[in-house]
Amino acid sequence: MGTFTEKLGSIDRRVIFTVIALSVVVPLAARLNLPIPITPGPSTDMFDAVEALPTGSIVLLSFDYDPSTMPELQPMAFAITQHLMRKDIKIVSMALWPMGVSLGNEALTSVSDSLGREEYVDWVNLGYKTGGGVLIVRMGSNIKSVFPEDYNGNSVDDIPIMEHINKLGDFDMLISLSAGDPGVPAWIMMAGDRYDIPIGGGCTAVSAPQFYPYLGTGQLIGLLGGLKGAADYETLVRIGQDDPPPGTAIPGMAAQSVAHLVIMLFIILGNISYLAGKKKKGGVK
Amino acid sequence: MRLFVPLTITFVAGIIMILQFFVPATQSMGESLQEWYMIVASFAIFIGAANLLQVHVHRIRFKGRNWKYSPVTIVGFSAMILTGLILGIEKGTPFNFLFLEMVAPMSATMFSLLAFFVASAAFRAFRASNWRATLLLISAFVVMLGRVPIGAMIWPRIPLISEWIMQVPNLAGQRAVMIGAAMGMVATSLRMIFGIERSYLGGAD
Repeated sequence: MGTFTEKLGSIDRRVIFTVIALSVVVPLAARLNLPIPITPGPSTDMFDAVEALPTGSIVLLSFDYDPSTMPELQPMAFAITQHLMRKDIKIVSMALWPMGVSLGNEALTSVSDSLGREEYVDWVNLGYKTGGGVLIVRMGSNIKSVFPEDYNGNSVDDIPIMEHINKLGDFDMLISLSAGDPGVPAWIMMAGDRYDIPIGGGCTAVSAPQFYPYLGTGQLIGLLGGLKGAADYETLVRIGQDDPPPGTAIPGMAAQSVAHLVIMLFIILGNISYLAGKKKKGGVK
Repeated sequence: MRLFVPLTITFVAGIIMILQFFVPATQSMGESLQEWYMIVASFAIFIGAANLLQVHVHRIRFKGRNWKYSPVTIVGFSAMILTGLILGIEKGTPFNFLFLEMVAPMSATMFSLLAFFVASAAFRAFRASNWRATLLLISAFVVMLGRVPIGAMIWPRIPLISEWIMQVPNLAGQRAVMIGAAMGMVATSLRMIFGIERSYLGGAD
């Protein structure tokens, strides 16, 4: 018995890697779908805040991430864009991260095409500018000086959706999908607190805990944390839809469920081995 | 002189950026400095790109460590720059195709490797060695289960307990860290503005 428990603690890492890979691949390949339970929290707060916006509102959507965090944040981009466009809320998008522009454009054009929305009337992508927090502060006083042209090189003065947008205060809400710095904290500190604009956020699961203080103070009206947040939002957006839009977060949750269970199982095995070893040495009476 | 000029620039710029919050007359100066910052930051991108090329060309020329990977970097870098500059970056262009079909999956793959290392590290290091570690372990299990649908299938209250952990103990700890970091940031900024902290000059003191 002792030998067996000792062996448990020295499982080859290649075995661990293989089991983890299978725990992700098999549920995805088998198209395993688990029901997503919606509990009141930052995800529902985010959805409710967007839902409360009147038709015709204008939202600034900032894609502050890159492809490395795409599996978690891109489903959020699709779900939020769908929600906003379905409610006839206009979207002005931009990016504080250079590679966020293309990812955002992909979400905007796909959803816009599927819902029959029109670029420059219903949405516009202003593109990327460097500067982070300083850029946000400049946008607080004059957006058109920071973004004289949009992503496609057209003058913002000629874009209908930008007609009444001159500064950050002209937006009804800001939403940042962020994978780090600059991202949600920069928007809160430089825009939300200074210009009193409601801010919603989306982030990776690993960074979600650090944003809870902002939720507690109301500086952040809602937060989508990781794939779970994206799956929550996808589920909420689907409610009442006859033909719900496809998403990648809900199928991903099945794989994540199995992967979490497998990781927990490995931790338990490691601890059984550890405690058995300790007992053998007389550490546990 | 080598020290006086950068310290003076830092002092003047720092003081203006603070004053603009309180003195309306200094607001336009603050805005000008912000414009300058964005222009300088834009140039930093070109410097970064030039530096990347320089490092890899140098590595190939002198057959440095892992030099065989450098041509791949240069070819990839050139392909993205040339397709973007010549054919545009809109949807349907070669640049967009390369980005969505090559850059995006490769970056996501690299980040996904973390899952394997996290699992292996958790197996080897996450031990219930004392009551504090055991508390951490239990909290981790609850949060891990609360973040996936299977947690609610096991017991419907798990997501609620998980959310409580995030909203109460986590929030308290995060807020303490955040306030401590903010105080440290203010202190460091003041030290830089008044020339006490000079490490950002790269050892030119």
